[in-house]
Amino acid sequence: MNAFKIIVLAKQVPDTRNVGKDAMKADGTVNRAVLPAIFNPEDLHALEQALRIKDQFPESIITLLTMGPVRAAEILREGFYRGADDGILLTDRAFAGSDTLATSYSLSCAIKKIKDFDIIICGRQAIDGDTAQVGPQVAEKLHIPQITYCEEIQAIDKKKITVKRRLERGVEVVECALPVLITVNNSAPHCRPRNAKRLMKFKHATTMSKHQETGGDYLATENANTHLSIKEWGISNIDCEHVQLGLAGSPTKVKKVDNIVFQSKESKRIDDFDEDISLLMKELIDSHIIG
Amino acid sequence: MNNVSVYCELEEGKIADVSFELLSKGRTLANQLNCKLEAYLFGHKLDGFEKELAPYGVDILYKADDAHLSPYTTLPHTSVMVGLFKENKPQVALMGATTIGRDLGPRVSSALGSGLTADCTELEIGEHEEKKEKKIYNNLLYQIRPAFGGNIIATIINPDCRPQMATVREGVMKKVIYDLKHKCEVVNVDAKKYFDETDFAVKIIERHIEESKINIKNSPVIVSGGFGVGSKENFQLLHRLANLLGGEVGATRAAVDAGFVEHERQVGQTGVTVRPKVYIACGISGQIQHLAGMQESSIIISINNDANAPINKIANYVINGKVENVVPKMIKYFKENSK
Repeated sequence: MNAFKIIVLAKQVPDTRNVGKDAMKADGTVNRAVLPAIFNPEDLHALEQALRIKDQFPESIITLLTMGPVRAAEILREGFYRGADDGILLTDRAFAGSDTLATSYSLSCAIKKIKDFDIIICGRQAIDGDTAQVGPQVAEKLHIPQITYCEEIQAIDKKKITVKRRLERGVEVVECALPVLITVNNSAPHCRPRNAKRLMKFKHATTMSKHQETGGDYLATENANTHLSIKEWGISNIDCEHVQLGLAGSPTKVKKVDNIVFQSKESKRIDDFDEDISLLMKELIDSHIIG
Repeated sequence: MNNVSVYCELEEGKIADVSFELLSKGRTLANQLNCKLEAYLFGHKLDGFEKELAPYGVDILYKADDAHLSPYTTLPHTSVMVGLFKENKPQVALMGATTIGRDLGPRVSSALGSGLTADCTELEIGEHEEKKEKKIYNNLLYQIRPAFGGNIIATIINPDCRPQMATVREGVMKKVIYDLKHKCEVVNVDAKKYFDETDFAVKIIERHIEESKINIKNSPVIVSGGFGVGSKENFQLLHRLANLLGGEVGATRAAVDAGFVEHERQVGQTGVTVRPKVYIACGISGQIQHLAGMQESSIIISINNDANAPINKIANYVINGKVENVVPKMIKYFKENSK
């Protein structure tokens, strides 16, 4: 029977979709504290694609890999609740300030350590940057093909995978031998909800450093319930060149960040009374702006 | 060497608009940098395209004509582009932020170890001082883009790596003829030299490309709605006003994400940039990433029941009221007054 080793790449992101007025501080910087941190939506779509392969081939193993601060372990738990088998948190101060290229490099080093995989699936892009770069860059670093904008995995066997892609002006069905990296589009199906049994089972799953922090008997936990421990890798756990990590490994630098100031116009303010709107429409028609 | 380069994308046998727009921007940058403008065109049956490209100020066209390059697949295009970039060493490389550009750009940037900035809304030339090392960089490409969900605007630079790569959405830059008699040198590239046998791993087995039915970019009037419009049904009201005024319906990202309208209608940094005669913003508060895509509209009318909505600052007319009350009145009084 077929079974696949699947790696899902996921990112914890600030929920930039719900930016309220308090999201910006008085000095114009972003107030991250008020933005909830969520599982990047398209990465959840990616997890769903992986789960569908596992539905079909139950022996398959899904490993969720994320890079970020310690609290990014939250999304690994979210992944467990939905059906992921294993979770790895790639976390180290040395990763701070990574641009997409340095991020891709770090992720590719972690994937090389996982070593054995058939498919890598990730979201097309993350909502905090919208760059859509990390997927293709990881594929390039691993020297494997990429299939971007996947809407549906139509068929998979040990020899090849068939994927429907959603393009700007149409669709394309492509096939490719494994291993391959797939980025999943926002038009793909949403992820299934949490499974109640899995939620009970994994709600205490956490990383070693968190166990230590809370003063729990982490060794006992580790030995008794291996599923309750999230793997935590730093730079000492992966084979990497330090110059390619973090800020130093990032070719792009942020020169400056500005609050955008648009040229204010003298606006004409009117209320929604019939006569005012009638006058406005007349003015627009008379000046040939509309009509 | 050290020129400005533009990847010219083919869309069903035609050069994409965004490529012409980037050539126009590229020409300006090349003049500022005192270097040449290079165009890269990869596909099959490419005779005669130089005549179309030259007027946009292209000095050198690298043309790779091979059956394996059409239709587009990632790896063969990557191999040719990476190979040529290693030889030609452009200082700037621009491509459209299209499904193709966003597939190819990161792959190429990773292979070259070069920085890539996605969805730039402005490109400028400037300098940079690295204070720690007391090093001054001249003639860097400032890649300017809204960041963090469009709440701030960031200027990104690539001080040390070349090429400095950037993608730009369609409609952001203006397409301008540079010189109808501009001389363009054509270099025919032997694509096979760059292919690796593993480049043909992905096979296209089916392809349906439809002419896009929705094109808001060139519409003189746009009636645009935000998440606050509330539903697909409520958007019908906007459609009615747009039809009446001979325009199209646009939307914010939130309205598109909520499924109220098609993705093709999204206005903003990650959607389409528009410059209509009239932009009617219905219940749009005005996130920067949206404003970046419509601020150059000639007349902006904002309908909002929040008097302090940021969009009101750039509006010519602000109608204080609810969309569902105001829009029917606009329809009614347009009909009455235009008789």
